[in-house]
Amino acid sequence: MDMINSGDTAWVLMSSALVMLMTPGLAFFYGGMVRRKNVLSVLMQCFIVLCVLSLQWVLWGYSLAFAPGSPFIGGLQWLGLNGVGLEPYADYSATIPHQAFMIFQMMFAVITPALILGAFAERMKFSSFLVFIVLWATFVYDPVCHWVWAVGGWLRNMGALDFAGGTVVHINAGIAALATAMIIGRRRGYEDKPVSLHNLPFTVLGAALLWFGWFGFNAGSALGAGALATNAFVVTHVAAAAAGLSWAFVEWKMSGKPTMFGTVTGAVAGLVAITPASGYVNVMGAIAIGLLVSVFCFFAVGVIKPKFGYDDSLDAFGVHCIGGIWGALATGLFATKTVNAAGGDGWFFGNPKQFMTQLITVVITIAYSFVVTFALYKLVDVFMGVRVNDTEEAIGLDLTQHHEAAYTVLE
Amino acid sequence: MKLIIAIIQPHRLEDVKKELYKIDVNLITVMPVLGHGQQKGVTEFYRGIRETGNLLRKVQVEIAVNDNFVDPTIKAIIKGAKTGSIGDGKIFVTDLARCIRIRTEEEGPKAIG
Repeated sequence: MDMINSGDTAWVLMSSALVMLMTPGLAFFYGGMVRRKNVLSVLMQCFIVLCVLSLQWVLWGYSLAFAPGSPFIGGLQWLGLNGVGLEPYADYSATIPHQAFMIFQMMFAVITPALILGAFAERMKFSSFLVFIVLWATFVYDPVCHWVWAVGGWLRNMGALDFAGGTVVHINAGIAALATAMIIGRRRGYEDKPVSLHNLPFTVLGAALLWFGWFGFNAGSALGAGALATNAFVVTHVAAAAAGLSWAFVEWKMSGKPTMFGTVTGAVAGLVAITPASGYVNVMGAIAIGLLVSVFCFFAVGVIKPKFGYDDSLDAFGVHCIGGIWGALATGLFATKTVNAAGGDGWFFGNPKQFMTQLITVVITIAYSFVVTFALYKLVDVFMGVRVNDTEEAIGLDLTQHHEAAYTVLE
Repeated sequence: MKLIIAIIQPHRLEDVKKELYKIDVNLITVMPVLGHGQQKGVTEFYRGIRETGNLLRKVQVEIAVNDNFVDPTIKAIIKGAKTGSIGDGKIFVTDLARCIRIRTEEEGPKAIG
């Protein structure tokens, strides 16, 4: 009989609450970046994801992701949380109630699809968004989560290291963002001029909430309150700090002035990159990961995006996918068993094979997520139409999709 | 010299600007305003309560031009702003008594462009 540890349980429940706050945090992070006529639509999309995918998770998502099944998908025995009780389930976490593990994982299943909406902000029909996001959670997130984290998942069995979701969350959502941005097309008027951010302080507030919540995301993934959680907590913070600073310096050098927007973008990129590595690397590894991620992401959003001309409106691909790929590969470089004996050694600690495993995992996730996202989008497009019409887009999604306005002109 | 005041749909502003640039009218002043004409305002919902008769958001564009630019400017505004639906707005043209450029203190038609 496994014993419930009160410290571990308290930390995982608290971490679940921290990760929950990241979705509204993301809403503000993204909401500040759109024009004032679309801010409510972004907040609404994030918030409704929190509502609808929480239900999806308890009804069937958790079972597909974590129930014992084939190497590719979980079984159906945990539908509606049938059999997911208050006793520990030792295969995942021997010291906390099974439902604590379930609710912690739920918050990841919620925020991951929400990340994608940065790619098609300001132009997707709300009804189609709802359908698309439930399909995506079911056919992309749940299987990939199963492969990497569930007992018996084939990428897990291959030895891939992903502590808190670099592959499952960030690469997965980031590549889906690229796919949707490419198919939905650019925003109206995007060719003529860059679309202006309507409220940068919102974006800073959102980034701060994300950083705060990320302690739950990464340190909570230790699933216990101990040494490993502490390591994850420390390296998460250090990587975010290094990346924020690094982006400011890169910008200073490349475009003359360091910006607030760039600095918070860098910090978020650092948090993304440290996510898969946080349970396996030490502080020096974290600094390297953080300093470099901003260079890669800056290049992705500042050079590659304009060159190819896709409108990944809020840089979900440029920050989450690129940052996630670097994080997953960096885990294969900087991981060390001195941090986590259950983890592995990376290339710099004498084990180049780990790097190759990470690389294969990245490629597989990208391929699967891109193709299935593309198919799901097309499916929704055929039946409902995904994009709003030109006039609706010009008037803004707040009024046309929700009959609300965020700001008054007088009073 | 005339002062052209156009009240248009906010979402047509970009098109109006585009049309004005085409005929070389680059000096414009734009402000957000509220108002309504025949259509009596927009409908919004707050917690299920329908609110009609709210003033509509419009954009007011002001352009001071020399006489030979008046008709092209009006045409450009119409081309950019017209959708054919109620609410497209109005254009007012008034005489402009004086125009002074602050930097050089020039006055009259040459101070406009």
